[in-house]
Amino acid sequence: MGNLVDLIKADVRYQDSLKACMNCGICTAICPAAEFFEYDPRRICDMVQRGDEDVIEKLLRSDTIWYCGQCMSCKTRCPRGNVPGAVITILRTVSQNMGYYKDSYYGRQQEELAEGIGTNIVDIGYCVHPDKVAPSKHPEQGPVWEWYIKNIDEVAPKFGANYHGDGPGALRTISPESMEELRKIFEITGGDELREMLIKGKNQK
Amino acid sequence: MANRFWNEYQKKIADNHFYYERSCIRQTFFPGSETAFLRMLKEELGKDVFDDFRLHTCTGIGYHADVVPLDTTMTVVGRIFSLMTEKGYENFVPSCVTSFGIFTEMVHMWEEHPELLDKTRENLWKACGREFNIPKNIAHPSDLIYHFRFELKKLMKYSLVNRFTGKPLRVVEHIGCHYAKIFPDKGVGKAEFPYVLAGMIEAWGGEVVDYPERRHCCGFGFRQYIVQENRGYSISNTKKKLESMEPYEPDFIVTNCPGCTLFLDRWQYTIAEMENKTYDREGYGIPVLTYEEMAGLLLGYNPWELGLQIHQVQAERLLDKIGIPYDLKQKYNAASGKILRAPEKPENLLV
Repeated sequence: MGNLVDLIKADVRYQDSLKACMNCGICTAICPAAEFFEYDPRRICDMVQRGDEDVIEKLLRSDTIWYCGQCMSCKTRCPRGNVPGAVITILRTVSQNMGYYKDSYYGRQQEELAEGIGTNIVDIGYCVHPDKVAPSKHPEQGPVWEWYIKNIDEVAPKFGANYHGDGPGALRTISPESMEELRKIFEITGGDELREMLIKGKNQK
Repeated sequence: MANRFWNEYQKKIADNHFYYERSCIRQTFFPGSETAFLRMLKEELGKDVFDDFRLHTCTGIGYHADVVPLDTTMTVVGRIFSLMTEKGYENFVPSCVTSFGIFTEMVHMWEEHPELLDKTRENLWKACGREFNIPKNIAHPSDLIYHFRFELKKLMKYSLVNRFTGKPLRVVEHIGCHYAKIFPDKGVGKAEFPYVLAGMIEAWGGEVVDYPERRHCCGFGFRQYIVQENRGYSISNTKKKLESMEPYEPDFIVTNCPGCTLFLDRWQYTIAEMENKTYDREGYGIPVLTYEEMAGLLLGYNPWELGLQIHQVQAERLLDKIGIPYDLKQKYNAASGKILRAPEKPENLLV
C-alpha cells in the first residue's frame, strides 16, 4: 500500500465507513449532492476501495470531495452498512493535511470556513451567533432578520434570551473560565493548528 | 405481532433529571423554543432540568464543515460531559440535532475503540484537569416532548383541529437528518419510520401528511450553506421538498432540527422573491414551526413570546384555524412594551 491509502485507512473512522462496497449505487440514488453536482458517492467508494495511489491523489486534489452535504442519507440505505459521507470526511481530512485542497476551487473554501466558523468557536464559544450573521451577507434571511438584528437588545429578552448577559440562558456571553478551557482543548488537540494552517493558506494566495 | 416489531423501533428515554445542552443555531434563530422547552419540562411537567451557564458549542458545525479535527471535537464533548458529571446528572439532552448526532457519534466511537476514550480522557486532563462519565441516556428534546406527549395533552387548551371545518390539521413533519440517519437505533422509529414528530401530531389531533420527498434533506449541507456562493445547493433541496408537498396542501410544517426550520422558512421567502412562487394557494407560504412552538401554542403560550414573529413566513392564519387568540399590537413590541417599527414587508411573500 502507498502513502495516501495508508493515511486514509489509518483514520479511525475508516473501519466503520467502508467495509466491502459492492457498487450497487443506492448511495448515489439517495444522495442530495448527486442530484445537484456532478457527484457520485458510489464511484468515490470504488476509487478508495481499489487503492490506486494516482487515482486517489487526483481525487484529493479535486472539487469532487467537497460536494457532499454531510446529511448521511447514504448510511440509511447501504446494504453493506458503509457510510460514504464519512469516507468523504476522511478524504477531506487527508486532503487538508497534505495541502491538496488548495488545488481545488471548492477545497479552498475551507479557508473561508476556518476564518468564519472556526474562529467564532475560539473567539466567542459559539459556531453560530446573531452577531456573526450579518443581514448584508444573508439576503435570504429576509427583512425579519434585519429587523431582529437591529432590535435584538430590546427583543431577545421577550423570548427569554440572555443576550450578552452573564449566567445561564440563550445567547449568554460564555464565561472567561469556560473560554479558557475551550481554547486550551483546541491548543493541545490540533484544533488551532488546523484552523491556523487553513487561514494562513488564504493569506498566501 | 405488529407491536412486537414496533418495539424494535423504540428507544429508551429517561423520565427525569436532565442535563440540558443548548444549541448554537437554536439560540441564534429560535431562542423562544429553548425557553418554551424548559418551561414545559420544568413548570408543566415538574421535571428537574439543569441549564448550565458553563457550556459552550459542541463544535458540531465546525466538525461537519471540516475545520475542527476529530480529536478536538471528542475532547470538547468530554468537557461537556465532565460538567454534567460534576453536577451529578446522567441523562444528557442536547438541544440541536447536529449536536445529538455529534454526542451519539463520539460515544459510539468510544465504545468501538476504547483507546480513543483513553486518549480523550488524557487530552481533557491535560487541557482542563477534568474527568468525565459517559451519560447513561442521551435523548433529543423532541424525544422528551414525544415521551411526555400524552401528559402534555392533558394540559393543552387547543388541539391540531381546524375550527372552521372540524377536520384535523394537515401537518408535514420533517426530521433533521442527524437525528436518526447516522445512528438509526438512537431515534424513535429509526431512520425509515421516524415517529418522534408524527407521534406528537397524532396525539394532539392532527393528521400527518405523507409525501414523496418526506425524508429528503432540507439542504443545509454545512459548507453548502455557510459559504454564500454554495447556497444554490441548499435552496434546491428545500425547493424539491416544497414542490413535493405542495399538492397535499399542508396547513403547516413542523421540524425537530433548527437548521431545517430555518431553511424551510427562509427559502420559501427567497423563492417567493425570486420567482413569485409560494407553496400555498394564497401567497403567504406554509408556516414552519419547531415542535416546541407547536406544543407551546397548544398549551396557550403567547405566540410573540415563542418567537413566531421572527419567522419569515408568518403564522397568523394558522393561529386563526386553531382558534388561538393573539394581539397584533404586541407582535413587534420590545420586551419592555416599547413599540418598535415593524419589519419591512417582502415584495412578493404576503405577511
